[in-house]
Amino acid sequence: MTVALKSEQTASQIAAAFPGADVKADGPAVVVAPDMVNKVCAFLKSAPGLEFDYLQNLTSTDYLDYFEVVYHLTSLKHNHSMVLKTRCFDRNNAEVASVTGVWRGADFQEREVYDLMGIKFTGHPNLKRILLWEGFPGHPLRRDYL
Amino acid sequence: MEVVGLDSIKELDSREGQDINSLIERSRIPLPDPDRWLDEDVKRNVAMIATDAVLNWGRLNSIYMHATGPACCIFEFLSAFTARFDVARFGWEIFRPSPRQADVFVIAGTVTWKMAVQLRRLYDQMPEPKWVVAMGACAISGGTFRESYSVVPGVNRIMPVDVYIPGCPPRPEGFLYGMLMLQEKIRRSSSKKQILEGTYKFKQNFRQFPAGNH
Amino acid sequence: MSLRTQELLLNVGPQHPSTHGVARFRVWLDGEVVTNLELVVGYLHRGIEKLAETRTYTQVIPLTDRLDYLCSMSNNLAYCTAVEKLAGVKVPERAEYIRVIMAELQRIASHLMSVGFLLNELGAYYTPIIYCFRDREKIVDLFEMVSGQRMMYTYLRIGGVSQDLPEEFIPALKRLIVDLRKAIEEYEALLSGNEILIARMKGVGVLSPELAINSSASGPVLRASGIKWDIRRAEPYSIYDRFKFEIPTANNGDCYDRYWVRIEEMKQSLNIIEQALKDLPAGEICAKVPALIRPPRGEAYGHIEAPRGDLGFYIVSDGSIAPYRVHIKPPTLINLTTMKDLCVGWKLADFIVIFGSIDVVLGEMDR
Repeated sequence: MTVALKSEQTASQIAAAFPGADVKADGPAVVVAPDMVNKVCAFLKSAPGLEFDYLQNLTSTDYLDYFEVVYHLTSLKHNHSMVLKTRCFDRNNAEVASVTGVWRGADFQEREVYDLMGIKFTGHPNLKRILLWEGFPGHPLRRDYL
Repeated sequence: MEVVGLDSIKELDSREGQDINSLIERSRIPLPDPDRWLDEDVKRNVAMIATDAVLNWGRLNSIYMHATGPACCIFEFLSAFTARFDVARFGWEIFRPSPRQADVFVIAGTVTWKMAVQLRRLYDQMPEPKWVVAMGACAISGGTFRESYSVVPGVNRIMPVDVYIPGCPPRPEGFLYGMLMLQEKIRRSSSKKQILEGTYKFKQNFRQFPAGNH
Repeated sequence: MSLRTQELLLNVGPQHPSTHGVARFRVWLDGEVVTNLELVVGYLHRGIEKLAETRTYTQVIPLTDRLDYLCSMSNNLAYCTAVEKLAGVKVPERAEYIRVIMAELQRIASHLMSVGFLLNELGAYYTPIIYCFRDREKIVDLFEMVSGQRMMYTYLRIGGVSQDLPEEFIPALKRLIVDLRKAIEEYEALLSGNEILIARMKGVGVLSPELAINSSASGPVLRASGIKWDIRRAEPYSIYDRFKFEIPTANNGDCYDRYWVRIEEMKQSLNIIEQALKDLPAGEICAKVPALIRPPRGEAYGHIEAPRGDLGFYIVSDGSIAPYRVHIKPPTLINLTTMKDLCVGWKLADFIVIFGSIDVVLGEMDR
């Protein structure tokens, strides 16, 4: 049975590895800063005892004050899972570090988030629209798209 | 050996995007259905030229279908080809993916604006005489997805439709009934009218979709 | 005298008999050998995630039917699992057993289709598809008996199922299990030892286990590469922890293994259905849930082992009658992440077979 790890414990492990970083636990999820996501994920993938080698899901939500990018991670080795989140407060210029270097499965999912929500992923090898066409006006999944 | 670099893929993408945006601009109102055969009904029954009767009999019993299955309805279309619902008893078991050899264009499923450009191109590649069957609620009017930002609200925005088959998805028997109605329409068509209609379509096409980008 | 050659950019799709719908690839070819590949999707993007925000929780169920239209029951199950997790709804026993029976029947129907269309790509033009349709029609008859529809069933509800099984269902199902076992043996006899199949699929498009895990592959694609990971065993949802079944896993990760895993999974599904039929209890078929259900504020991620992979629903609720955000995690789109690594160096005909063995359905890829 996949065990969902307690977010406070994981948050403290991440904070120990990245001293001075903005890491906190929010309910079942661990929240980190947007520009640190790839480093945190690389740590989560390789740290003994954690070893999250499988990216389950990558998506985003538009709470009107901020965008939230959600990562669901699973470890096939230890059979545990966790939720990682990051928040961008700038609507016009939302940028998050890309995790395609850590898990290749993030490729299409990040492109979809860029296409439908407008969040740019720095470091992505091929960030362009995937489901809609070039020249489509706007980003449909935002709450202010009519 | 030349290798296509990333810049030219961007050009390809942006050119395709421009095509789609211009198609959306041109498709604001639905095209009228070609149903003038209903008015001339009485005249047709009285004075049908012998060659027309033979030609029509040949055409309606050997329809070559070209099915584009964007979505779910294609599976009911394919089920009609199985032995259970047997479309071969009508003579229509040929179902080729090439538009150049087809008479009837069956659009089975939701049409998005991105796909609409390709569908219009396929329709233009079909030789006359050709008919279009809109199968399923999504092809008729957008169906469940009508309010979506990327769905064409009915395939008659981009091409004139002859038969509409409702259902979500229509049962294979429903599809066969729709095709029988199309048979009726073909039986009542005349070559003189076809030439007239062909000219009408050509003029419409030329106004809406000037040759040069196909 | 030397020959001057040039790379050809070939466009495969979106209108193509072998693209399983409206998928499109831009393939760069040197002669017949693939050197580069790009996937272009979105030709069936209907905006289901955005539409779901304007409908109530129960009204989203017909939208989920149309996602992966070959496994509507599984899509419904994934969505209902996620909402029940969010709202804390307990599903009655009889409903759970009925859901398992429907999901496994749907798995068999879906794998039949994927085997049939894979053979279409190999060149056996439509004959295996017609055979597979014959057996799928028998399964679809049963679905029509319970829900009245041949394709988009909308049978499941939040908290159970919508209608009870009619009396003729269980005897018909018992007869069908016997028929299906014979049919699967027939397919194995005709196909699995076929030398054309073996020559064209063994060793073609090998996906290594490390790459499979790293690129979030799931379902038969992952299991064919040697990773024994099945959500029904690893994180059991519904009542799958009560059934005994094997998880077929292969070693090489080539196209033949992906095909073989699907045939074996069909047999295991029949075992699960037999066990569920034996223990099917009487009782209620749906929990007492209000028609306009309002789950508490929060979020939930519910995922199941759909026939094509690990289908997940991420639902965020703000306490109102409509979900705030629904995200559908598409296993088929993610399985195609490594298409380039699998196909480069192989010929164009092999590329079609590799794409067929990964088995996509465009409704789920594009949503």
